Formats: sequence, C-alpha cells, structure tokens
Amino acid sequence: MRVHFTVNGRPQQADDVWEGESLLYVLRERLGLPGSKNACEQGECGSCTVRLDGVPVCSCLVAAGQAEGREVVTVEGLADHARQRARGCGESGGSCGTSLDEAKAWKPDGADSQTGEGGELSPVQQAFIDAGAVQCGFCTPGLLVAADETLERNPNPSDADIREALSGNLCRCTGYEKIMDAVRLAAARQSEGV
Amino acid sequence: MPTNGVPTKITQGSGTKGGIGESTLRPDGTLKVTGEFAYSSDMWHEDMLWGQILRSTVAHAEIVSIDTAEALATPGVYAVMTYDDLPAEVKHYGLEIRDTPVLAHGKVRHHGEPVAIVAADHPETARRAAAKIRVEYRELPVITDEASATAPDAVLVHEHRDDHHAGHVPHPNIVHRQPIVRGDVAAARGRADVIVEGEYTFGMQDQAFLGPESGLAVPEEDGGVHLYIATQWLHSDLRQIAPVLGLPEDKVRMTLAGVGGAFGGREDLSMQIHACLLALRTGKPVKIVYNRFESFFGHVHRHPAKLYYEHGATADGKLTHVKARIVLDGGAYASASPAVVGNASSLGVGPYAVDDVDIEAIALYTNNPPCGAMRGFGAVQACFAYEAQMDKLAARLGMDPVELRQRNAMEQGTLLPTGQPVDSPAPVAELLRRVKAMPMPPERQWESSEGADVRQLPGGLSNTTHGEGVVRGVGYAVGIKNVGFSEGFDDYSTARVRMEVVGGEPVATVHTAMAEVGQGGVTVHAQIARTELGVTQVTIHPADTRVGSAGSTSASRQTYVTGGAIKHACELVREKVLELGRRKLGSYHPAWAHAELLLEGGKVVTDGGEVLADLVDVLGDEAVEVEEEWRHRPTEPFDLRTGQGNGHVQYSFAAHRAVVEVDTELGLVKVIELACAQDVGKALNPLSVVGQIQGGTTQGLGVAVMEEILVDPTTAKVRNPSFTDYLIPTILDTPTIPVDVLELADDHAPYGLRGIGEAPTLSSTPAVLAAIRAATGLELNRTPVRPEHLTGTA
Repeated sequence: MRVHFTVNGRPQQADDVWEGESLLYVLRERLGLPGSKNACEQGECGSCTVRLDGVPVCSCLVAAGQAEGREVVTVEGLADHARQRARGCGESGGSCGTSLDEAKAWKPDGADSQTGEGGELSPVQQAFIDAGAVQCGFCTPGLLVAADETLERNPNPSDADIREALSGNLCRCTGYEKIMDAVRLAAARQSEGV
Repeated sequence: MPTNGVPTKITQGSGTKGGIGESTLRPDGTLKVTGEFAYSSDMWHEDMLWGQILRSTVAHAEIVSIDTAEALATPGVYAVMTYDDLPAEVKHYGLEIRDTPVLAHGKVRHHGEPVAIVAADHPETARRAAAKIRVEYRELPVITDEASATAPDAVLVHEHRDDHHAGHVPHPNIVHRQPIVRGDVAAARGRADVIVEGEYTFGMQDQAFLGPESGLAVPEEDGGVHLYIATQWLHSDLRQIAPVLGLPEDKVRMTLAGVGGAFGGREDLSMQIHACLLALRTGKPVKIVYNRFESFFGHVHRHPAKLYYEHGATADGKLTHVKARIVLDGGAYASASPAVVGNASSLGVGPYAVDDVDIEAIALYTNNPPCGAMRGFGAVQACFAYEAQMDKLAARLGMDPVELRQRNAMEQGTLLPTGQPVDSPAPVAELLRRVKAMPMPPERQWESSEGADVRQLPGGLSNTTHGEGVVRGVGYAVGIKNVGFSEGFDDYSTARVRMEVVGGEPVATVHTAMAEVGQGGVTVHAQIARTELGVTQVTIHPADTRVGSAGSTSASRQTYVTGGAIKHACELVREKVLELGRRKLGSYHPAWAHAELLLEGGKVVTDGGEVLADLVDVLGDEAVEVEEEWRHRPTEPFDLRTGQGNGHVQYSFAAHRAVVEVDTELGLVKVIELACAQDVGKALNPLSVVGQIQGGTTQGLGVAVMEEILVDPTTAKVRNPSFTDYLIPTILDTPTIPVDVLELADDHAPYGLRGIGEAPTLSSTPAVLAAIRAATGLELNRTPVRPEHLTGTA
C-alpha cells in the first residue's frame, strides 16, 4: 500500500508498504529517518517515541497506515519543532511552514557532517549534552521527544512530575540522574529565556 | 562533585584546554541527540537483504531432521542455511573454549539455540520463511542445576571435551573449578567466638542493553566481507569469525557501528557470523537486527549462583576465617565461565583482611541459557553473599555493621586470599565512613500539604498506600572488583596517534579499535591526546580492524589500557615532534638542546614556560605518526589446587548506603536513596565518572528488586523474554544517587587512574537487600526480592 503523512513539516510518501509495517519501520527503513529507535518494538521502552498530531506515541505500536494524513515529529525534527514553538506556531505539534522571507534567507545550518556540531539544537537537546545525560544514546531520541513534550505542557515540572512523565522511557546506562539534571536544566534555561 | 585525595602529578600539557581532569563533553553527543548517530541497527545498503535466525524451541534435544524446502520456495527468500551449508572445517566459536556451534549440529543444548538462518528481501518475509523450516526434535533430559549436572548417570552436555579445563574438573559437566586455600581454616575455626552460616541464591540477570544485536555484512569484490557491527572487542570477534567463513583474517574487515550499550552482553558473538555467511552465500549485503524477544536468547546472561558461606569472628569482631562454596550456572556453552570462576573465587571474601580462607568456585555446564560476562563478572554474586554474611555476623556480635566492616577492612598491603598483596591504596574503611556520613534523606518525603504524593511511596501510581504499613530501612555494603584481564592474560591495547597541521592548526588523530559502547572512552581518549600533545583539535578515528587490537571494552579496563596505549603513543609522537623541532629550529635557541620541553597550547614550551615555537612551524607539512602496543604489569594464573598467584592487576572499591521504604503488607519496595562513595584513582572526566557510578548502581538496584530471567526448572525454557516480563528500573524505580568520589592515585596506572565501571554494580545490590532486611526483619537469602518474599506468600 501507499502511505502519505507529514514528517517534521514535510509531506512524505512511502510506497510498497506491507500492511503489517509499523510507523517506526517506515520512518527508519523507508524514509531514511533512523533517529527513532528500535529497542523493544513492543511499546515498553519508549525509544521509538514520536509525536503523532502532537501526542507522544510509541511509533512501534502504530501501524504505518494509521499515520495516513497525519503529522509526525521525530527527533530529527525536534530542533525545528522547538524553534517554531518558540515563535508561537504549530501548537498541535505540526508546522506553520516557512515564510517566503525565511526561505530567501535560508543558509546551510553549518553543521559539521562528521560531528553534527554547529547546527542549532533545541533547548532539551542541548541540555542532554551539557548535563551528561547521553551515554550510549539509544534511549536518547525517545527521551528527548518525551521530555520536550513534557516541558511544552509543564514548563516548571517538579522532580516527581519529570519522573512520572518519563516513566515510559527506559535507560540502561545513566541511572536517570543526569537525565533528571538535563530536564531541570532545560526547564531553567527556558524560564530564563536562554 | 566532591573530590578528595592525593592529586596526581601532571606536568605535560596541563595548560591545554580540554585535557584530563576536565568534564569535557562527548564528541558524539550532538549526533546522538539529533538522531544522526549511526547505530548498528541503523545500517542500510542498497539492495540489502534481511537475515533471520531460526532458534530451537526446546532446551535439550537431538535433531532428527531439518526440512528447509518450503522456506526456500518462499518468494523473496534468497538463502536458507543449516549446519550442512557451513563452508569451512571450523564450525564452532567461543571466547576461550570453542564449544559453540555456529548452527546446531545434531543436537541443541539450550532453548533458543540457532538452528538455521534465512535471507530475504523483507524482514517479515525472512521471519515467515524461517517459521516454515521444519525441525524434528527428539527431546533429551535437561540438566538444570548442580545435582542434575553431577549425578553419576548425568547426561553430558558436551560429550567429548578436550579443552584445557577438562583435565582438572571433577565432572565433565563442570566447566572449571578454582579452589583458593590459604592458612588453616580448621584451626582458625577453633579461635572463633561466633560462626555464621548462610546459603544464598543469585538470580539470572540480563544486560538489557537497549540497542539490539545487529549489524550489516557487505560482500566485497576480493571474496571477503566487511562487517559493520556493535561489539565490545572487534579483534576477538574477528579471530572467531574468519575461520568459520574459511577466510584469512585480512579478508574480513570490521568497522565498529554505533553501540547501544553492552555491559558484557556483547563480548560473545551473536549475529556476526550469520550475517557474514548469508552475505557471502547470496553475494548481497545482509542486515540482521534482533527484536527484544530474540535479544534475550541472543546473548549470554549473568551467571545465576548458589553460594554457601561460613564466617567466623572473635568477640571483638575480627574475622577468623571464611569458608565458601560458589556454584555458578554457566548454561550450555562455556563463554567466559572460567574467568568468572576465577573472579568469584579470588574475590570471594570481599575487601576484607582474612588469613584463613577456604573457597571453592565452580561453573556448571547445564541446559540453561548460556551465561558469561556482565558488569561485575563473578565479583557481583560473591559480594551479594559475603555482605549478607557481614551483616549477619554484626547482628550476632551486637556490633554496628559498618564498624564490623571497618574493623576488618583491607588496606594497602593486605594479602588477598590468593597471597597477592594489594599494592595500591585500598580505602575500604574510608569509603564506608564517607557514605555513612552523607546526609540522610528526610523521613516521610511523600507528605505534602495536599496529602500523600503516591508517586514517592511504594506502589507508586498504583495508589496502594498513603503511608500505612510503610517502614524505612537502611543498609550498607562495600565491594572489591579487579580491573583488567587477570590470570596471566596478555592484556594489551594498541594506539595509533598522528599529528599534523590541518587548516593551519595542529591536529592529533587517535586511531584505536576500542569499542565505544556508551562509556565515554572516546571523550577521555581525546582528553589524553590534548594533555600529552598540547593541541586543542583531536580527531577520534572510527574504530576498525585496520589498527591493532584494543582488547575488550570490559573489565573496567579501557581507560586504563587503551588510555595507557594512547598516552604511550602520544609520548612517542611528542619525542618525534621535539626531534623534528630540534632539527629544524634547534639552532635558534639553546633551550632546544638543554631544557625540559613540553607541548602546550599548540606550542613547544620550556618547563619554565618560555615559548620556543609554534607546533604549526615545527610540523610544517610533515605528519608524525606512531602505532604501538601497550601492556599493564603482567599477571600470573592461579594455582589450580591452591589458588595462589599474583592474578590481578588493579582493584576498584565502592561502598553504598541504601535507604528503602517497604510496604510490609503488600511487599512493595521503594528505594528512596542509594548513595555511593568510590575511589577512582584519578577522575579523567568527572562528569563521566559520576555517570558510570550512577548507571552501575542502578543495575545493582535492578537485580536487587526486580530483574531476573526465569527459567522453567523442568523444561529449561525461558519464561520472560521481553521488557513486559523482564523488568529493568524505570525513572520511577530509581532513586537519587548522591556520589562521593575519592581520588587516591594508583602509582602503577596511567595518571593514577582506576577502572571504575564495575565496582558500583557490586555493592549496590547487597546494600539494598540489607536495607530491606533492616526494614522487615526478614532473612532474605535470595536476590531479586519479590513481593511474595516479603509477605510470606512465596
């Protein structure tokens, strides 16, 4: 079957999709977006978390066909998503597009192709790096999408709020302490407008 | 982070930014937060096929027949292979003993053993085709424990053993046996005022790394293959893979793909050979990715163990003797069992000074899942038992459990039961003092003006209590872990370091085969190069087999050994650079000939701080490159009868204090805080050090209260191979983990550092158990503790 949906603000189409394929599989194997991870493929670990029409979901549990016509945000689009939110558009998690002026002013983001450095990160992405919340990094994309959504809903979460919000995301490396630090740091920077 | 202790002397390059001792950030951090970091399961190749493994549905059986016809006829299937299709004489592999068939031959020895492999153009096609392979089994009796393994008429798991342990084991179903005998336990027992005995059970733990076993094998034009793989040791894989493919090692190229955690579970091969076989058979790239269900069958686990201990002490709390018997279940194949036996026995009394010791450790061959390396490696199981014994002894003596430990704590110079002196700082008593001195979390933290916050209570959001029946307990534990490969293993690493001018700046390139599995080796490698070479820009070359072996990313050894190799190679590069400088510029300044010269901030400077030259001018368009192997001090094997010998390189010590709250009515445990004090020798990257300690602590917490692979004792089949049924700690299960880092230099090690990754996994578990015992008054001789053990309904 053929599936159309919007990923990170861009319309996408996948052909020859077998009906049993998950949204995760189509993102990873057909659309070249392997950022969403495949740690359990049974909805227990949260490593595949994406926003579907704004709602965080385990993309391994969403059949690709269920995404038809909907808007998906993955870790690859998180920085753009955060930027647009900061500008006050795309409340539902979708995009408000690129204005003509912006398009004219477009430049490559200057990211180093080897290290990825130089590109602009979302506050929560930067906080994960700065706080040491990344070790092997396999849980990181899902945690980032979940943490970003948490802070969107609740800009000043208590520790208990953070733990509750991220309880669907397993991490095996960090013991979660640095992840707590990262979310607190992102919240603090956000409230200071940094 | 609070740090203390003797600062390590660093002269070279201490003025260069981003050197050792700083919390520099991960070089792969940006790629990992943007989703661009390429893990082994993200590999993709035009025209690639997907591989699938068919695994045994029974634990122990003869294979009567395998019919692959229907699978082969499935549209989209390119190849189906069984044992009969293996191309070379060599059809087995293994870390130490080559006892593991690439594909089952005539017999399967455990549930989930690979029997056949399939390549198809879609993963679902491959899965369905594998399901069409018909295997007829004739089931055999299962060996599941010591009694069934060593019974006089026991079926042999491996019939014709000819490995180097076969000659000294008391039964062919015992992989390896190591006694450690020192002093005279019978005489010492006579001096004991108090003797305590205990029998302990340690459950089977899974590494549960999040990145599934996966990789991509690409056939190459010269008949070889290039494997992109997540592993802990590229060269060990290579040594096992190439003979099975019938290829010389130089035709099997290996590049490390992104590794999503390891914790010991990637020390053995998983899908490496299968992917290569299918790629060479089909002539197409083949990708294999396990799902979580398969991952539980696809790697070895931590050995479950039965431990029998006797401790004696005088009335003033001095240990008289320790007697122990440790039975580790190695499962169907040897994997790392012999070395796990060596650790469990040699470290079997823990970080205590005891003169009279009689320990025996064995690993069994059974039809249970194969067990091997996992963080802590034999020392974990022993620590759980000897720390329970120390608490039992303290209770019997009416002593404070921390004081009893301190009274018997080993120090620098103490002899291990192997007769080996501990020849670097051993701050066991000090770590206990520090962890005890940390402020206690306040009582009844769940109380708020709006009533109880159930999220902070046992049972959490299940809303099972608002504080009724909840009792607090506090427990302590301390442990000792060896660092590096022991028992005479030639434990070396190789580093290639290159220095040249790129874009007008001096740049160092560090090339090793070290497997970065998340621990942050790549971060500290760059820091070492900056410190030694005085440059800011360091490129970490991708790890592959085009450089010599780095040894395994395990045994807490990489910062020590590959870090040591990089330091050594940098020193040689530095000498060459200075030689170049003397040749080119020596006539301009007498200091070139006479002064102690350093590389710092991109310049050659005298030890007095005078700048002699820019590295850019010294190097010009020349590149300076060195590749060298580096070794730590040699070790020796343990005597097979007495266990005596200088078997270890270095030790790592950590202590924990656990604070738990237990809903005694429902048997639910909430760990409130798990504080840790650890000596790290020298924190090369303090942020990463704390991250390792917190992560290791949490894995210890997991096996204390939830993690266990359940194997049916009558069928030897795995009952919970999923994250639905095998639970690892979530962020709600994990408490705050305050960390106190001590830095007492080990003069034998680079920068005085200690390997740190494993020690926190040891003492975490017994500390939590001790706290639960303190809260409930129950004996609790097994881990993990489940609700039924606390409510008496087990």
